[in-house]
Order: sequence, then C-alpha cells, then structure tokens
Amino acid sequence: MSIKPKNDAVSRTSLSVAFTVGLYGAAFGAAGVTAGFTILQTCLLSLLLFSGASQFAVVGIMGAGGSALSAIATATLLGFRNALYGLQMAPILKVTGLKKVLSAQITIDESTAVATLQENDVDRRRGFYLTGIGVYIFWNSFTYLGALGASAIGDPAVWGLDAAVPAAFCGLVWPRLKSKKQFLISAFAIILALSLTPLTAAGIPIITTVILAIIFGWRK
Amino acid sequence: MSSIWIAVIGSSITAFLNKYIGHSVPERWLDRPRFKRINTLVPIVLLSALVGVQTFATKKELVIDQRFAGVIVALIALKLKASFPIVVASAAITSAAIYNLF
Repeated sequence: MSIKPKNDAVSRTSLSVAFTVGLYGAAFGAAGVTAGFTILQTCLLSLLLFSGASQFAVVGIMGAGGSALSAIATATLLGFRNALYGLQMAPILKVTGLKKVLSAQITIDESTAVATLQENDVDRRRGFYLTGIGVYIFWNSFTYLGALGASAIGDPAVWGLDAAVPAAFCGLVWPRLKSKKQFLISAFAIILALSLTPLTAAGIPIITTVILAIIFGWRK
Repeated sequence: MSSIWIAVIGSSITAFLNKYIGHSVPERWLDRPRFKRINTLVPIVLLSALVGVQTFATKKELVIDQRFAGVIVALIALKLKASFPIVVASAAITSAAIYNLF
C-alpha cells in the first residue's frame, strides 16, 4: 500500500493504536488460560467475539464459576455500544454483502474512535479499516502468545496474573469515567456487586448492576 | 458441550449481531437520548462490578489479598496516564512480589 504524505498521519495513528491495543491481547490470552479456557477457546474468543471488554467479561465470569448464560448476557450488554458505532460508521462506509459482514466484525472502540477523529470521509474510511484490521491482526497474535505463555506456568498468582485481570478491567473502565457522577456510579456498582457476591451465584452480581445504569440514565 | 464452549460460541454470536445490527437498522431506531444515556453507563457499571469482584472475591467469599495491592498500583498508573500494557504489567508485578515474598 502506498502512503501519500497527506494520509501519513492517519496511517501512523491507526498503526500505533493497533499495536498498543494489540499488545493488550497478551493480557487477555493469559487471562483466558488462567480462567480455565483452553488455548483454542481463548483464541476463538479473540477471533470471533473480537471486543476486548466483552472477552474479559466472559473469561472473568466463567473463571469465577458463573453460568454460561450470565457470561453471554454480560458480554452482550457490553457489546451494545458496538451497535451504536455501527450506526455511526454505516453512512460513511456504505458497504453491502460480505464487505458489510467484515466491516461489522471490526466495528469496535478503536476503529470507530480513529475514524471519527478524521476530517473527511476518505480519511475516515482509511482510519477505520487500517485500525480495525490492524487491531484484529495484533490482538489475535498477542492473544495466542499470551495464552501460550500462561499455559506454560503453573500457579497464576506466582506471576501476578490474578491481579492482571482486575487491572485490565480498571484500564477498560478508566477512560469512560469523565464526570463525578460517573465515578460515583462506578463506586455504587462495585458496592452492589460485592454485597451480592456472598448471596448469589457468580456472574449475577455483575449483570445486576445494569439496574444502576437504567436508574441513573433514565433522566438527564 | 461444556459450559465454556457454550459461553464462547454464544457470546461470539451475540457480539457479531450487536455489530451487524448497528450497520443495518435505520439510525432513528437506536438514536434515542435515553437509550444513549443508559448505554453510556452500561459499560461503566459492568466493568466496575468486574473490577470489584475480580479484586475481592474468591468464590463466594470476600478477601483482601495481593490482588488488591496490584489494583491500587494499576489505578496509580492510570492516574499517571500510563499505557494499557504498563497498567497491567505493574499490577501483575506488584501482586506477584507480595504473593511470593509473604
């Protein structure tokens, strides 16, 4: 692919985002294996589900002994935002058929974010595809390496992998906390989930916090 | 089929449907202020709950152990605007150091 000077900034942004986010895939690979997923199952989540927060939620909930249903429900709710990204991108991409299927698969936080930073539709498309495909390649490669690495070690706590998963969730939620109200809601969610933990099956304390999102989001 | 396989396949299908639906429905279907406000908060509450449970829960018991120290360091790293891999690595190193030393 030839890179015109005008588009250089788009490629640079796309590739640096793709690589940094991709590296994070190693943490997911390790988390999957630590949670009791095989290397194949861990890699399939990155290939097929391909949405970081949802993937971490699936392995986090299953690893804690939650049911498949609560893992799927939590991952699905976390993935709703990708539908909103699709809404934003569809009028810009204007694709149909197989191209639409492939574009949908790479509609994630990063590809949409880089696209919406651009000033015209040509650059938006370029940013979307370069970032989306780039993240896909790096995320999947590093997932495999992380899973391979984690399966080579015994007790995950010896390597701190038990703390890597909540730290990963911190990294995912942090950029979303932009106001005092949102910090407060985050704290309420932690308190609600922890109070329910001794009382309910694993996974239920997580999904129940959606009630807070509805209560606090109902009115402005 | 094990429950892990059900979770892998089921969540992959719904994830794709989420993405594909966005590309397919008329904008006005999802473009509602209330829906958008709730949808902004959904990842915040779910991910926060996951932080809490993954840090303090061991099965159904709540404990304070090396994971908590790791998460504190992760939060400091985030406050200092560190990149994702640094955040995760610093938490892992802290937790591992405490686990192995004490």
